[in-house]
Amino acid sequence: MRRPQPVRWVDERLGAGHWARKALKKVFPDHWSFLLGEVALFAFVILVATGVFLTLFYRPDAAPVIYEGPYEPLQGQEVSAAYDSVMRLSFEVRAGLVMRQIHHWAALVFMASIVVHMMRVFFTGAFRKPREINWLVGIGLLLLALAMGFTGYSLPDDLLSGTGLRIAYSVLISVPFLGPYLAFLFFGGEFPTEGIISRLFVMHVMLFPALIIGMITAHIAILVRQKHAQYRGPGRTETNVVGKALWPSQVFKSTGLMLLIAAVLAFMGGLIQINPVWSYGPFDPTTATAPAQPDWYIGWLEGALRLFPPVEFTVLGVTFPSTFLPGIVIPGIAFTIMTLWPFIEARLTGDRAEHHLLDHPTDNPMRMAVGVGGLAFFVLLTLAGGNDVLAVTFDLGVESITNFLRIAIFVVPLLSAGLAYRLARDLSKVG
Amino acid sequence: MRAERAAAAAFVVSLLASVALVPWYFAGGGPRGEGILLGLALGGLGAGIVIWAVALMDTPEVTEERAVHFEHDTSTVPGTVTVARRTLLVRLLGGAGVTLATAIGIPALSLGPRPGQSLFRTLWTPGARVVDGEGNPIRVSDIVPGQVITAYPENHPGSADSQTLVVKVAPESLALPEGRADWAPEGCVAYSKLCTHAGCPVGLYRAESHELLCPCHQSTFDVLTGAQPTFGPAARALPQLPLAVDDDGYLIAQSDYTEPVGPSFWNMT
Repeated sequence: MRRPQPVRWVDERLGAGHWARKALKKVFPDHWSFLLGEVALFAFVILVATGVFLTLFYRPDAAPVIYEGPYEPLQGQEVSAAYDSVMRLSFEVRAGLVMRQIHHWAALVFMASIVVHMMRVFFTGAFRKPREINWLVGIGLLLLALAMGFTGYSLPDDLLSGTGLRIAYSVLISVPFLGPYLAFLFFGGEFPTEGIISRLFVMHVMLFPALIIGMITAHIAILVRQKHAQYRGPGRTETNVVGKALWPSQVFKSTGLMLLIAAVLAFMGGLIQINPVWSYGPFDPTTATAPAQPDWYIGWLEGALRLFPPVEFTVLGVTFPSTFLPGIVIPGIAFTIMTLWPFIEARLTGDRAEHHLLDHPTDNPMRMAVGVGGLAFFVLLTLAGGNDVLAVTFDLGVESITNFLRIAIFVVPLLSAGLAYRLARDLSKVG
Repeated sequence: MRAERAAAAAFVVSLLASVALVPWYFAGGGPRGEGILLGLALGGLGAGIVIWAVALMDTPEVTEERAVHFEHDTSTVPGTVTVARRTLLVRLLGGAGVTLATAIGIPALSLGPRPGQSLFRTLWTPGARVVDGEGNPIRVSDIVPGQVITAYPENHPGSADSQTLVVKVAPESLALPEGRADWAPEGCVAYSKLCTHAGCPVGLYRAESHELLCPCHQSTFDVLTGAQPTFGPAARALPQLPLAVDDDGYLIAQSDYTEPVGPSFWNMT
């Protein structure tokens, strides 16, 4: 008598064979740009793996301790238990530093792949009916990833991350009517508070990852239900999907891709220093460093704060602080437009039909112009976030760079949007 | 079979690198070796698999019909019981649900105290001596012109919201706002160190131009004119602490700040 194989064992209990056979035959259109979302997914896997390791050593505790580790410049200095544990991870825990650095690099790659994936979806019109819901889920994932990044780099409780938290507190407090209450609820009192580190920790290792996993699941489930969109080509129509089956080629390629991304991140984590918290020193509420740079995906928010003119006004006794417009209103408008874009575009073009064939970016000049202009705006704000670094690099005064960017932030996005529009229009005429 | 050989070589590289990781760890480790070996181990595996898939698998392109053009489904399943409309019950159900959600949400208020007066006050009190970071009182004669001292109220060195910058300038060069003539004994002016923009400590001083500079967003304040902003995103002057000198020659505060320090908020005026 033959013993049942594990596959048969499972199949006889769950009836999964039919479902699995169908899943393995799922068709993937073969194009490099469809791998960008996968890169984000794999970076997330690496973040979870390295993050679990870090969690076992990190202490979410702001209580003061005396640093007695091997890093001489800080010996005998009072630091928080959180900072102390990150120092121990970096200098005493074997493989601790490489895990920390892979984790940080993976976070930067995670954000970058999300943004580039989103650009692919935007410029090819992949958000159009019936995929608006998945666009919204994607925006949710983008916001969660930003929240993960911000809470994560605040955890080491070093001088740089403390400065970031302080700015976040000041922006939050600027909200009319609610600001002080929101800031006191979130931080547990007036900045700096002892409790914030453990709160950020819970969000970073439990709340946000759970939400991200849930939303990734929804993102992929919707993708499977609706099937892939595809680029135009011979034999490809609105009513079919042309590509390769999940098994074996896509499984092999995706597994290989995941391992290659992990390899690149391992090289980076081992060879390129990132976030050297020992050289920043522990957080001290009476000091700030210059030049202080946030991680790249926060740069545009920082840039808006640096670039915005000093505008603070009081209407009927209600003060609108100088950080309110650049810190709350501008990002709010940017995210609202991004979130609602599928519906805005449908209204502008009147096109409410279903689309499974993707556009070439130049097929739709208006969308091209909005996307390119938006990107230019984002890039300029990011540059403004590093105006002090630019000043040192190009040996110019920070004032002149800021004044220049204050004009460029209007001119360059409009100009590049106009150029993109004309280019797209001319190219689509040729085509 | 060049591809097969390449894939095999990649797997061997991966295997060797993984093996090497073990002695490396036990020998003490180090991020460079860990990164290189781990990268080779993962990269060899990944490269081998990709070569296998791309060069050695003959996967045909297939076409699948897209059966999903979803229609709004208005059919009813036979045997489904319809819920009769009961307006009163529906309204009460909604009302009770919202009330329950509010009641459950209320404990979120435990997360933090009400702001109360805490944003309007610091630890400065009338007559409090001005001390340095170590808690030593500062004598007006000890301050060197051009020097900037981070100062605190006595008994509270290191206080985050009371941190204050003390600068000595030539008294005749001061052009302080009206009513502050007696706030700067012997040219000693004191301003809150918290930037009025995003609350960073205003840590830099350009003595030759009498400017305080915030390192975070480059807001610049003129010490001579009551720390009025001259550049950058800050819109409000740094609050000035009224100073005096006591009988022993030490700097003291005449009172707390007369306006909130740090970033602005809606009901500050």
